Amino acid sequence: MISLLTFPQGGVHPPESKQLTEKLPIEPMPAPDELEIILGQHIGAPCTPTLAKRAEVREGDIIGEVKKGLGVPLHSPAAGKVKDIGMSGHPLRTSAPSITITVDHAAAPAVYGKNDWESREAKELLSMVHEAGIIGIGGAGFPTHVKLNPPADTPVNTLILNGAECEPYITADHRQMVEHAAEVVEGAKIILKILGIQKCIIGIENNKPDAIAAMAGAAKEGSTSRYLVSVCALKVKYPQGSEKQLIQAVTDRKVPAFALPSAVGVVVQNVSTARAVYDAVALGKPLCEKVVTISGLGIKRPANLLVKIGTKVSDIVTYLGGTAPGLTKVVMGGPMMGFAISNLDVPVTKTTSAVLFLTAGEIDTNPHSQCIRCGWCLEACPMGLEPKEIGIYVEANRAEDTEPLGVFECFECGSCAYVCPAKRPLVQFIRLAKMKAKRK
Amino acid sequence: MWTVVACLVPPLIMSVFVFGIQTLLITAVSVISCVAVEAASQKMLGREITIKDGSAVITGMLLAFVIPPGVSPLLPILAAVMAIYIGKHILGGIGYNFFNPALLGRAFLVATFPVAMTSAWLPPLQDGAIMRYLGASVDAVSTATPLAVMKEHGMAAFTQAFGSGSSMYLNFFLGWRPGCIGETSALLILLGGLFLIYRGYTTWHIPVSILGTMALLTWIVGGKGYFTGDPLLAVLSGGALLGAFFMANDYVTCPTNKKSQIVYGIGIGALTVLIRLKGGYPEGICYAILLMNPLSPVFDGWFKPKRFAPPLGGDK
Repeated sequence: MISLLTFPQGGVHPPESKQLTEKLPIEPMPAPDELEIILGQHIGAPCTPTLAKRAEVREGDIIGEVKKGLGVPLHSPAAGKVKDIGMSGHPLRTSAPSITITVDHAAAPAVYGKNDWESREAKELLSMVHEAGIIGIGGAGFPTHVKLNPPADTPVNTLILNGAECEPYITADHRQMVEHAAEVVEGAKIILKILGIQKCIIGIENNKPDAIAAMAGAAKEGSTSRYLVSVCALKVKYPQGSEKQLIQAVTDRKVPAFALPSAVGVVVQNVSTARAVYDAVALGKPLCEKVVTISGLGIKRPANLLVKIGTKVSDIVTYLGGTAPGLTKVVMGGPMMGFAISNLDVPVTKTTSAVLFLTAGEIDTNPHSQCIRCGWCLEACPMGLEPKEIGIYVEANRAEDTEPLGVFECFECGSCAYVCPAKRPLVQFIRLAKMKAKRK
Repeated sequence: MWTVVACLVPPLIMSVFVFGIQTLLITAVSVISCVAVEAASQKMLGREITIKDGSAVITGMLLAFVIPPGVSPLLPILAAVMAIYIGKHILGGIGYNFFNPALLGRAFLVATFPVAMTSAWLPPLQDGAIMRYLGASVDAVSTATPLAVMKEHGMAAFTQAFGSGSSMYLNFFLGWRPGCIGETSALLILLGGLFLIYRGYTTWHIPVSILGTMALLTWIVGGKGYFTGDPLLAVLSGGALLGAFFMANDYVTCPTNKKSQIVYGIGIGALTVLIRLKGGYPEGICYAILLMNPLSPVFDGWFKPKRFAPPLGGDK
């Protein structure tokens, strides 16, 4: 028995709840009649529309671009007509600027042909990644071409593909690895070429033995003397898929606070991002669809759906036969880090990994009480912070004084709130503290 | 919270067989008055009433556990006001009290009813007549606790009163000795405490550091000459086990960091031995815990959790 790698400090073991969807193959969902594509999909400047109202679009056409600043272009996921350039529901900001496209169901689907990427220059590949609109689709939404172009003063020697998928319920990356292992490995090789390095390690939590087997097979097949791809099984512990924790588990290197992984010679990409890189470079297909896990006991038919970006949650609910009785809360993203939504008209973005329909038995609706200083959050925090102190500061109206407590090192994994016996909304406290401390 | 209550029930049942049925009465009065004072305090202070969380029930049980079995059942009412209203809600409610409420209640009773609190000890019942002390005058039967006998009359008198060797240790381990209501049965307290550790509600750090320090220091300086003290007796007598497993590791008043918990535990152990050997009282763990309680934040300030990785080039 090989000992499984993990990060040593903190972490929790929430119920995995992946059995609802882990065996379900990825199922393409037909495009709905209308797509609402939010212009600000990534970290950085939002796109500005490049088309006017009523313009005709084909699948894969550019519909938005970032003229100034950090960003990637936006593509139309389907053929149709621009119906409107207005506002859409958004899980965080309640509403956000978007382009609405009326889908032309009669249009022939776009055909993508395989092309030879190995003969191309790394620079050329990098610009293909940018033009395909690829961002970190594991959740952060950081433009991938920027990550693949690390600062010259911090040389990179290892690529880590993140297949940990440590959030409960979500199985999108899991299915991607089982069904498209070869494409993921090919994507990894493209990234290795762009970075000009040799070694790629794919980290997968040990609760996905089929994914580990599939990826190990594909890695073995895909490895050449030029590209060394290997798979590394990780212990099941949340938040194993957090960038810094994953790097520590796999390489035993610690990324300093506020630094990029390249500071320790590592670049991390999600396995699904690697798949998107493969699609973009080897097939010339831009990123405009996404595997989303639809799960929870509150939906009639859980599924791993391949949906067009811009599909509204309400369309997904209709497609899957409606909600089940007892539905209490709808969460976009995982149960640990996701956001509850109050309106089903929210569209799927490039970073949506799951939509969960949770019943009363799957969530905790108890009101929170005062901190009893049990210190469980100190044990759970993977970053070595004191979440209880931050919460107490926020409740005492001193949120702006929390910077010395390390609020900006917190990546909001929610481990503290998960273990808190007083059910305190510690992540929300920390988000508020970050906002106020930034303003100070 | 309710798990802790469940862990306190076996010692309570044991106390009925050791000291008689009135221990149940005292405990009931204590629990009811603690819950009532909690509700009244929260009502008065305009706060949400949280008696359902069980914390006042625990305080009530622990308060009864640390008073002698022969006192008037009215005493816990006064102590409850002190423990819950003054000790907890005036200071901000649960989470903001810096003294263990139950021990604060006991300290208040020792100061206000010194005679009852230091003399109403009952000899263990040998015949199962659990109704014997009910309503009877305790003056006629009162005895002294092992620690008091040892302190005032020396080891010879202790051996005469409680025997020696394995039968004495066994009696002390099971709980057949004079003492406070809930502190005598080492076995049941240990079982309850270990269960809480097993379930992850608390950790070994505080109990082990307290009991280890007590045993070590008693062994070194507790006997006639150096290194002749009886460490096992030190741990089995007085309220050492109850204090270590159920009082000192109260979440609110103990430090949160494991390293600071060990320092805190060593402090409690050392102060307990100091008070037992040199202080005015035969037993010292109550005051040792109360003295260390307000230092908890200080210890937490000494040992901060280790941050994942510091920023490059110092502070940002």
